[in-house]
Amino acid sequence: MSASATTATGGRSSLERSPAGRIPDQVLKWGLSGLAALILILIAYFLIRLIGESGHVFSTYGLNFIFGNDWDVSRNIYHGGALVFGTIVTSIIALILGVPVAVASALFINEMCPRRLRSPLSILVDLLAAVPSVVYGLWGVFVLAPKLLPAEKWFASTFSFIPWIGGGIPTLYNYFIAGLILAIMILPIVSAISREVIATVPQELKEASLALGATRWEMIRMSVIPYSRSGITGGAMLGMGRAIGETIAVVLVIGSAPKIGSHLFAQGYTLAAVIANEFGEATGIHTSALFAAGLVLFVLTLIVNVIARWFISRGSHGTRGTGATGMTIASASGSDQ
Amino acid sequence: MSAITTAPRISARRRRTDKVMRGGLLAATIIALIPLILIIYYLLHKGLSAWTTSGFFTTDPTGSFFGNPGGIRSAILGSLEIIALATLISIPIGIGVGLYLTEYGKDGWFANVVRYFVDVMTGVPSIMFGLFIYIVLVTSRFGGTGFAAWKGAVAISLLMLPIVIRSAEVVLLLVPSSLREAALALGAPRWRVVFQVVLPTSASGLITGSLLAIARGMGETAPLLFTVSTAFGLTFSLGQQMNTMPFLIYTDITSPRTAIQNIAWGTALTLVVIVLLFNLFARLIASRSRMA
Repeated sequence: MSASATTATGGRSSLERSPAGRIPDQVLKWGLSGLAALILILIAYFLIRLIGESGHVFSTYGLNFIFGNDWDVSRNIYHGGALVFGTIVTSIIALILGVPVAVASALFINEMCPRRLRSPLSILVDLLAAVPSVVYGLWGVFVLAPKLLPAEKWFASTFSFIPWIGGGIPTLYNYFIAGLILAIMILPIVSAISREVIATVPQELKEASLALGATRWEMIRMSVIPYSRSGITGGAMLGMGRAIGETIAVVLVIGSAPKIGSHLFAQGYTLAAVIANEFGEATGIHTSALFAAGLVLFVLTLIVNVIARWFISRGSHGTRGTGATGMTIASASGSDQ
Repeated sequence: MSAITTAPRISARRRRTDKVMRGGLLAATIIALIPLILIIYYLLHKGLSAWTTSGFFTTDPTGSFFGNPGGIRSAILGSLEIIALATLISIPIGIGVGLYLTEYGKDGWFANVVRYFVDVMTGVPSIMFGLFIYIVLVTSRFGGTGFAAWKGAVAISLLMLPIVIRSAEVVLLLVPSSLREAALALGAPRWRVVFQVVLPTSASGLITGSLLAIARGMGETAPLLFTVSTAFGLTFSLGQQMNTMPFLIYTDITSPRTAIQNIAWGTALTLVVIVLLFNLFARLIASRSRMA
């Protein structure tokens, strides 16, 4: 400190700022760094507390909490296998129903429709993302579930020979309805990321295949899809992450039965839904079990998101669109030959 | 057919595949829009009739099962209060972290770690933020009460934070570095560059990102479940339980009485209109700044 003071009074060049003049700079720099560090501290603290709160259940049940199939509040037994099963099944249904539609609509909007229609169509698809999840739940309960029940009954009896998909008697709320609502909810994000990735396909590639005599579809199949496959996969995985964690819309239409359903149209439960439903009246080990369900949910979404980011960054071809920085664009294009 | 003469080399089979697949893509786009149309139709159909019941916007829900179910005034005001507080928390912090990433952290290891975990936060299910605040603030009865509106606002602000940070970073990066360098060359200290060059230049983009985050936070129910809980009456005290639109819809759905279900539809329409207004403002500001 004394050294800088002497240079300030003594041989300070006229271009240098006085020590007092540097203080606001230092305050801003360290203040902003502190805010950034705060984010990391918050996430770390949350994980530690979550592990702490759910430790009771994991020490009692061990891995049976994840794989065992017996969740019974009245007997105070908590094996969450059925919840993990329901979470994965509903999000896979969402992927199967939602991703093809999302990718196809992205291809249509980017490669086929008239330029004038491009942005209105994108905005309309994006609007689905603006609808709050509780509104999806409301619509699912009063419109979708009752209107689709006859069709589900027909489907289940017609295709009863397919194991798990057909057979059984559909209930009003079931895995399929939950998966269908999730499919609608992930549609905008998968479509948006697909559009972004498809837009980065170099014009030369497309023109080259057209010049070689390819039809529009052949151009899409041979130039556009291979180039953007990785990014689209990443978008689908991000959508799956959303589907796994979606709570309110699912809790209303999943049927809230903590057992592994015997068929597609049976009632089930998901990790997020059980937390939302049972947390209010939980005490003791039940609360701990719900925190453990939260921890499993957190880890699941984390894994899916990490894989998604990996696919998206691999498929970015040096021009990262999803919130990338100029620096990463520079470094990515460097490593991308 | 004249098409055959202009493109003689494409076989009938290839042309057929092309037509079928293009038709398929068009069909998928139409399928993608059907849910939106259906949701809007039912919202208007059922919601507007609820809007026209007397006192829908001017009275509070009574919570009585048989009598007059009342209106939704306390839910609208409660939602606005909570989102206002969540905005006050998340926007300054979010823009601050965005500034750190673009102006100081840049491509350093720490900035990249922060960036990665902000991305992780965007993937965290919204109910987890509710659980977090429940563990930290509700069970400890922080501030003297268990459930409180401000705790819900904190949960919502955590959910908005990654959206604000990411959009702020993208927008701040659009500020040309020549502007920063010009200011620095004129002898301006870093903090003046930030406050008088970087922030004003990117103001409209920052507002757009913030509005989108607000629209997202507005409709969230899950983080409110174990933080605010709910109440019927009108209150302006953020230390108490409060009524909110998403929570009112959530509880009214499970009611067996049609009049109360209709209130859920009316509330849903109100909520969607408010969320869409925020989205619309965001887009308007974004497109105006692009033209300038």
